[in-house]
Amino acid sequence: MELDRLAFTFFNPEIAREYWPDIAKGFVVTLELGLATIATGLALGLALALVRSFQMRVINWVIVLFADALRALPPLMVIIILFFAFPYAGLPMSAFTATWLSLSLVLAAFSEEIFWAGIVSIPRGQYEASRSTGMSAWQTLVNVILPQAVRITIPPLTNRTIAITKGTALGSVVALAEILGSAHSASSLAGNPTPLTLGAIAYLLLFIPFVLFGRWVETRFAWKQ
Amino acid sequence: MNEVFQQFLNPEIISKVWVYLLKGLGTTALLSLMVVPLGLASGLAVAALWSLRMRWLNALLIVYVDFFRAFPPLVLLLFIYFGFPFVGIEIPAIVAVAIGFLLNTSSYYGEIFRAGIESVPRGQWEAARSTGLSWGQTMFNVIVPQATRNVLPDLISNTLEVVKLTTLASVVAIPELLNAARNAQALTYNATPIVLAALMYLVLLWPVVRLISRLEHKAVAVR
Repeated sequence: MELDRLAFTFFNPEIAREYWPDIAKGFVVTLELGLATIATGLALGLALALVRSFQMRVINWVIVLFADALRALPPLMVIIILFFAFPYAGLPMSAFTATWLSLSLVLAAFSEEIFWAGIVSIPRGQYEASRSTGMSAWQTLVNVILPQAVRITIPPLTNRTIAITKGTALGSVVALAEILGSAHSASSLAGNPTPLTLGAIAYLLLFIPFVLFGRWVETRFAWKQ
Repeated sequence: MNEVFQQFLNPEIISKVWVYLLKGLGTTALLSLMVVPLGLASGLAVAALWSLRMRWLNALLIVYVDFFRAFPPLVLLLFIYFGFPFVGIEIPAIVAVAIGFLLNTSSYYGEIFRAGIESVPRGQWEAARSTGLSWGQTMFNVIVPQATRNVLPDLISNTLEVVKLTTLASVVAIPELLNAARNAQALTYNATPIVLAALMYLVLLWPVVRLISRLEHKAVAVR
């Protein structure tokens, strides 16, 4: 009856009933944090890639420096800097803000590089041809370059976005009550790992669809050689 | 300006904590030397099993890979670290890190190696097998070397991610660089140790980021 005992330890129905509202609350926080990160991260990344395509030297240096730094730093390090170091500069922020801002900046850095690679992959002739038909630089970018570039960028972008959004769990390190944070404190309170199991299930519910979507996107947009 | 320096790059505090942080950096390096080879080997094993083309095994591998790609690594780590003691098995933090990283990174490396193996033309298999090489010899002497070259940028990029991921070990109190920086910050009431640790990561990992960028742009140019 080892298995029974194992099930009773890791999935104790009574404890599950008591603590699932905590996990559900955490689920909402993770969802909000994830959506906010995706929205701001991708928007900022796309904006930076577009600015970079105007080839202004100093600005390009700044963008590359930003993208490099945030790709080199571990995301948890960035969260720790914002949460624990910024207060010394008189800029305290909530755990949610620190996590959201960190992950957004990291996602912006990675997505800028991916969008940029997409833009670069479009032959220069396309740009010249569109300009010569009388389109403005902006029209060319939006109507000619971006639709093609986005197609190339979608598979790596999806995978990167999933990977960084999973980083919402890092918020628990700065005591944010998202899924992991609330599951962890509930399981210490209950003296039983059942809340952690619930948390794990919650993450699977949230991310399995994304991973499957990523898989589908990879075959759908596969580069035909 | 001077005040900012006092808080963020205080020379006095730097001189006090740099040895401690270097020790943390050493632990980070050792951790990486443990989890990267472990991930590469297990990822290669996943991809090799996939190439056996056994339907039920492949279905199982997809479930395995997707399962662990959907799981945030920190959740996995804490589940292992705090879950095992409840069934009466006390495991040291380092073992929890090894198991968690093995499960997580084998999925990512596995997907990369699989893409690499699939990029090697089928004729290579047939030619190698027809010269009398066994399946294993074909796989590891003919296919894998070419596959590795084809996905080298992805392999390097994932390895960088794995090294960055070692910061998670700080959560289970392994004294790597981030953990050391946090401890030093708590002791000195000053942000300098955190800034210093960030600078160490930047100096060491920035060249790798540059390398990846160059490899990726080269790949785009080849197309």
